[in-house]
Amino acid sequence: MGIRQIAASRLWGPLMAVALLLVALPSRAEYADVVLNKYAEKNGMRPVIFPHWFHRIRFRCKVCHFELGFEMRAGSNDITMGKIIDGQYCGMCHNNEIAWSVEHCDRCHSGRPGLKTRIYGGHETSGPSRW
Amino acid sequence: MIVGRISRAGLVSLVGMALLALSLSSGAEEGKKKERWKRFENDGLHDPGNPAIGELQWPGDAFEGFPMDNPDTGNQVDWVRALESGVIVPRTNLFPDTHIEVLDLDIIMDQTSTMPYVRFPHRAHTQWLDCSNCHDHLFVKKSGANPVNMFAILSGEYCGRCHGAVAFPLTECRRCHSVERNSFRGNFGAQEGPGRVYPPVMEQEVVN
Ligand code: HEC
Ligand code: HEC
Ligand code: HEC
Ligand code: HEC
Ligand code: HEC
Ligand code: HEC
Repeated sequence: MGIRQIAASRLWGPLMAVALLLVALPSRAEYADVVLNKYAEKNGMRPVIFPHWFHRIRFRCKVCHFELGFEMRAGSNDITMGKIIDGQYCGMCHNNEIAWSVEHCDRCHSGRPGLKTRIYGGHETSGPSRW
Repeated sequence: MIVGRISRAGLVSLVGMALLALSLSSGAEEGKKKERWKRFENDGLHDPGNPAIGELQWPGDAFEGFPMDNPDTGNQVDWVRALESGVIVPRTNLFPDTHIEVLDLDIIMDQTSTMPYVRFPHRAHTQWLDCSNCHDHLFVKKSGANPVNMFAILSGEYCGRCHGAVAFPLTECRRCHSVERNSFRGNFGAQEGPGRVYPPVMEQEVVN
């Protein structure tokens, strides 16, 4: 076996290890989580995380994106706390009838400071919310 | 000779460092190695200091008993089979008079260059979605009449509005490009019903 081949074969292990380590490091949000942070942080609250995976176990897309009228574009619905308390947007369900009500602030306002309004997840494309 | 020795010493230390790094990382990953889904504390999104973080449900608990998708593919569960097999029964409507429409109509889309043709199944989509989620602002209701291409899809238009955002990601070429060019004999566009029944994604053909 030539020295080069040995070097090559020996190098593979550590290189792969380093590569794996690099791959393993970045943390990854659950696919299709939406962060809403147009107003929250400016008003002293954590950004809001809306988990698609959790809601689609209970509701088909058409409930929110047809019946309730949520636009399918992260950041395009002008959601405010006042409207939610009035029974619009999240407040159409988070009203103590279909789901727990707005007093559980931290269940919605659960994001790290500084997050941008957009969709998150593993396989990000330059999708609609990446303007 | 000197070069050889240096590179050898370098190699040894590299191996050492790598082993150390590997053991450190596997130590840190201990116990959650078999977890497919990130814990909220280290998903980069949730604030670990949030007092209510423990009140949120972890995907691994919610997805128990679900048919699986490949690791690292979207939510890592096969949503279509989860719905069709009754593992989940998500509500179709909140208001009693909402009109629910499911359509069983496959469309073969042939503008795929050298890639296999695309089979678009209306059934899987209309079980989740309303016609108005696509018609007519994403697609006009006429097969072949939409200038769909991969660049637009990857920029989040057409199929890419949902795929790559909420529905399975665009890296799954074969799930859309599922019709072999050389064995397909019919006409393009709308197909005679019923639509094709897709196998669970874990049994679908793997991309080469
Ligand atoms: C059902 C989810 C939900 C709950 C529960 C909730 N919020 Fe919000 N809140 C939102 C959303 C969504 C926004 C808009 C986020 C954005 O784009 O910045 C928002 C925005 C806000 C804002 C920004 C200013 C404004 O008026 O919109 C404040 C302040 C706020 N919430 C406070 C609270 C407090 C205090 C509570 C608990 C009493 C609470 N929220 C509970 C979802 C929720
Ligand atoms: C419980 C309500 C709810 C359900 C159910 C739901 N969504 Fe959403 N969806 C939302 C909200 C809220 C947003 C964010 C809107 C905003 O930021 O203004 C959103 C955003 C989106 C977006 C925009 C993402 C982007 O890249 O900008 C897409 C696409 C989408 N949803 C598709 C779906 C699909 C497909 C389903 C069904 C599998 C679904 N949604 C189910 C509430 C829902
Ligand atoms: C179609 C009804 C509906 C709408 C609209 C809706 N939710 Fe929910 N949400 C639910 C239900 C039902 C639950 C589960 C309640 C329970 O477990 O009792 C839930 C739970 C949650 C949870 C907790 C998830 C967990 O891990 O337990 C969060 C966070 C949440 N919703 C955020 C939001 C936000 C933010 C919005 C608006 C952008 C919103 N929801 C809009 C129905 C809805
Ligand atoms: C969500 C479904 C979907 C996925 C996933 C998908 N495609 Fe496509 N692709 C389409 C559609 C739809 C067309 C246009 C067909 C038509 O208009 O007749 C297309 C067209 C194409 C074309 C020809 C047009 C062009 O833009 O050059 C190529 C090449 C292509 N796809 C390659 C790929 C590759 C490679 C992947 C995986 C990385 C992929 N596609 C993943 C749906 C998809
Ligand atoms: C997820 C998106 C989506 C949804 C939801 C959807 N469609 Fe379509 N529809 C398409 C696409 C894509 C085509 C093919 C367009 C092309 O080939 O350019 C199509 C084509 C059609 C056509 C034309 C078929 C032909 O003969 O040429 C009809 C009719 C149609 N859809 C009806 C419906 C109805 C009714 C619903 C609701 C029950 C619906 N669609 C829901 C995406 C959708
Ligand atoms: C409005 C949202 C939306 C659009 C637009 C859309 N899809 Fe989908 N698609 C979904 C959802 C939701 C599913 C369910 C599976 C999932 O969530 O991963 C799905 C599933 C599928 C499946 C899997 C069927 C199965 O049985 O496993 C195929 C294939 C597919 N889509 C192709 C396409 C193609 C091709 C286009 C564009 C011509 C398209 N989709 C456009 C939302 C959409």
